[in-house]
Amino acid sequence: MSDDLVAEAVTLGLGGRTVLDRVTASFRKGELVAIVGPNGAGKSSLLSCLAGLRRPDSGRIALAGAIVTEIPARKRARAMAFLAQTPEIAWDVDVRTFVGLGRTPHTGAFGPSAEDAAAIDEAIATTGMADFAARPITRLSGGERARALIARALAGQTDWLLADEPLTGLDPGHALDAVDLFRRLAHERSKGVIVTLHDLTLAARFADRVLLLDRGHLVADGPPAKALTPQALAMAYGVRTRTHAGAAGPLIEILRRAD
Amino acid sequence: MRTRSVWLVPGLLIAALAVLCMLSLCAGRVWTPWNAWVSGGADPRWAIVFGLRLPRTVLALMVGGALGLSGAALQGYTRNPLAEPGVLGVSSSAALGAVLTLYLGAASEAHWILPAAAMVGAGLGVVTLMALSGATSSIVTFILAGFIIQTVCTAGISLALNLAPNPWAVDEIVSWLMGSLADRSVEEVRIAAPGVIVGSFVLLTLGRALDALTLGEQGARSLGVSLTRTRILLAIGVALAVGSSVAVTGVIGFVGLIVPHLLRPWLGSRPGALLWPSLLGGAVLTLAGDILVRLTPAAEEVKLSVAMAALGAPFFLWMLVSMRRRLA
Repeated sequence: MSDDLVAEAVTLGLGGRTVLDRVTASFRKGELVAIVGPNGAGKSSLLSCLAGLRRPDSGRIALAGAIVTEIPARKRARAMAFLAQTPEIAWDVDVRTFVGLGRTPHTGAFGPSAEDAAAIDEAIATTGMADFAARPITRLSGGERARALIARALAGQTDWLLADEPLTGLDPGHALDAVDLFRRLAHERSKGVIVTLHDLTLAARFADRVLLLDRGHLVADGPPAKALTPQALAMAYGVRTRTHAGAAGPLIEILRRAD
Repeated sequence: MRTRSVWLVPGLLIAALAVLCMLSLCAGRVWTPWNAWVSGGADPRWAIVFGLRLPRTVLALMVGGALGLSGAALQGYTRNPLAEPGVLGVSSSAALGAVLTLYLGAASEAHWILPAAAMVGAGLGVVTLMALSGATSSIVTFILAGFIIQTVCTAGISLALNLAPNPWAVDEIVSWLMGSLADRSVEEVRIAAPGVIVGSFVLLTLGRALDALTLGEQGARSLGVSLTRTRILLAIGVALAVGSSVAVTGVIGFVGLIVPHLLRPWLGSRPGALLWPSLLGGAVLTLAGDILVRLTPAAEEVKLSVAMAALGAPFFLWMLVSMRRRLA
């Protein structure tokens, strides 16, 4: 049995509207997959279904052959970390305590172990947050906060990382850092990384594979050059685009609204 | 963020508790010195220490601990620093049960009737809470359901006062509603102890789930926390701990609200780290308040709940001022 994450004909309705319509896709470890699509296309719904946080109306999502919503919650949490789109941070704790929350599925009844502490240190080091470890989370800038959130997700040492629009509100430099980190996590630590993105150029440049969603339908699935064609983008986003060969990778220029 | 030794604050709280316990056994209308304690009954003041002040002290510790802990757990769960044991409607449904026995005159039949009715009230309150909030794991529906129960029970209490058969019944109800620890005996300790102990134990197991809720409902679920289980355990724990407390002392406010606030600057805001200290802090605050009440020179002893409200209001004023200063 492979340890892939597989969605088969996943259909989901919310409030009488079909937000996902028979979506079939599979994800491998060691691969960075970007899910793109216009607002309301079903990106977040698909991601939360993949994370086992939402049960599809029909179809199935399996992780290493087991239905994700039937895996015991703690076991699932040890396999998959989920980064919500607008993460709530209810209490003003310091960064180290915050990152430590990612250890929740591992921590036993007797509090954090040395292993937990080591995982937290590593997550903080990986995201370059060591200088901020004692800083209250509310005193961070947007970029630092985004890194703290990623560190929280890494602390769980999961095989899978699912992040819902992790680049929202980041300046170009920090966005680049974040995508680069996701890519390294996939390639160097062979995690399965699935992110929803709005920045098509970043998706085209960094993702190994792109899934394009349009009104609940999966309309393209493949390497960026194959998935993000002008025709597909015109259909999904209603814009005319042209892809240039940029200095660092493909550059998708938005020309105007499609007729 | 201050990260002092984890043991410093609990250690200080335990030391304060020890001192206050001694003081509580000595202090009151009659000052009982140490030689009265060890007289083994020869000194008439021995009866005051062991018959009156010891149960009162134990009760203050139990009730204060239950209120402080419930407050910390509820604030963690709702992620709202203004939550307190009253928000789930548990205090008011317990109070309604007790008030009904006073209204019907049943309370005077036997000593145990009023606390038993209060506990039944708390139990019914929690069952209604579960039924109203439904199978969803949403915290908003839970709080809303608690608010509805609280409102209905408060209306019921007002109605009982309104329709009271005679002025004495009104007097009794009003007097009971103002929570107090005066004239309680070993009997009350025995009635409250099982619920307070079991309820507190249940609440103390919730630390990890409450910590995870710092990331919101979806965040907590993605970390493998079952919100439904957390909610059920929380409701049962609060109902047992607070319901048993209200049953023997009446409603005592502010303890559950203030204690976690007082501890956050010292221990940080992680909800799980506040549970044990809030239990200790609630006991310290309640016992200190009760000693203060006993030493207040007045023709009639000031009710503990009144003293707590008198302490609570300036506390919130101070909080408001310091918050405004921080935001300015």
